Amino acid sequence: MFNLHGYGPIILAGTLTTIELSILTLVLSFILGLIGASAKLSRSGIARAVATVYTTIIRGVPDLVLMLLLFYSLQIWLNDFTDFLNLRQFNLSPFTAGVITLGFIYGAYFTETFRGAFLAVPRGQMEAARSFGMRPLLAFRRILFPQMMRYALPALANNWQVILKATAIVSLIGLSDIIKATQDAGKGTFETFYFSVVAAAVYLVLTTVSNGVLLMLTRRYAIGVRKAAL
Amino acid sequence: MIGIIHDYWRAYLYTDGYTMTGVAMTLWLLTAALVIGFCIALPLAIARNSRNPIVWVPVWIFVFVFTGTPLYAQLLIIYTGVYSLSIVQHTHFLNEFFRQGIDCTILAFGLNTGAYTTAIFAGAIRDTAFGEVEAARSLGMSNVTLYRRVIIPAALRRALPAYSNEVILMLHSTTLAFTATVPDILKIANDANAATYESFSAFGLAAILYLCISFTLIFLFRRAERHFLAFLRP
Repeated sequence: MFNLHGYGPIILAGTLTTIELSILTLVLSFILGLIGASAKLSRSGIARAVATVYTTIIRGVPDLVLMLLLFYSLQIWLNDFTDFLNLRQFNLSPFTAGVITLGFIYGAYFTETFRGAFLAVPRGQMEAARSFGMRPLLAFRRILFPQMMRYALPALANNWQVILKATAIVSLIGLSDIIKATQDAGKGTFETFYFSVVAAAVYLVLTTVSNGVLLMLTRRYAIGVRKAAL
Repeated sequence: MIGIIHDYWRAYLYTDGYTMTGVAMTLWLLTAALVIGFCIALPLAIARNSRNPIVWVPVWIFVFVFTGTPLYAQLLIIYTGVYSLSIVQHTHFLNEFFRQGIDCTILAFGLNTGAYTTAIFAGAIRDTAFGEVEAARSLGMSNVTLYRRVIIPAALRRALPAYSNEVILMLHSTTLAFTATVPDILKIANDANAATYESFSAFGLAAILYLCISFTLIFLFRRAERHFLAFLRP
């Protein structure tokens, strides 16, 4: 049953690419989400407007459309830019383009997640931190962030699963991820059905395993929170 | 930009002269998938809340598999995978069905959204207040009447906000249809891009059309929520 007709190493490499891509996308969209949420909650009207336009447009347009739009346009813009500065042409790899576009897209979803989570932390916590003389960054790192994470984790877990599944479309811009590897294997051996099921099975394992990890993280961040016994 | 609009506006909106394309095709895919999904989800959601493991375990597995794998992987199994099986190629009916990209696409989309909708509806049914069931029983309602008059109408109302999210996500997922040669909005944009190399305009137009559809759907669901969830308003 586990006879992969010699395509095992390629499929393994594809799986690793998918995991790498998902993790880098998660990191990028996490950072963009924190920036976006701070912008949405800031006192500056311009920052709020920019963040609102960003989340509204990104969440209203399908990820695949955005990915193709950015993948083709990024390269053209980059060429214009390097021509303008008389630099050598710099080619975006599908991997980089995938991370940038997926990170940019899911940054919008993270912005909404973090905005809700920031609002859920009681105001007095931040006031107390400031009254102890903590600088804003220190107060954010020690007070706001750890408490915010508890509220953000369930939505974060959901976003992670969505990102993991969204990486499947990156094979359409030429990245050799798990889908590409299994499709190539299927075409090479005429066992398309078997290999496309393998691809789905790999994803199922990845989502199930990460579900377990996220459950543990949720418990870790909920330490010290007492649940009402019903 | 103007050139693309001039040459392709008809294809973007409803037809390329031969078949239905663009917005019309996307809306057809969305509607077909949602109808199939709804018809699967309602009975499965009831089965999911059964106490008999022979009934709820298969439903759990269905939801687990279809929500745990990407829709693109499911589409590839149904579109390229199933057709390569010799039993499918040698059965007339199956051969005819799986040879059409659009049949495979609608089947895959319907099953996928059916799984997510099952999860949503099952959660809503589980949240039914105990007192409502108790009251219905005390009036002597049979199981069927109880579900038809009390549990299902209330559960569907409660599920509306989550269901509207799923509809928007399904709209976003219909873009995958172009990988199965179905001429939806993205396929037209891809063709326009290949013919003119004006990537930003070609895909930008598609993005604007999707944005309009998303906003219309969100508006309609807001209205629906105001109507069906009126009792929750403060």
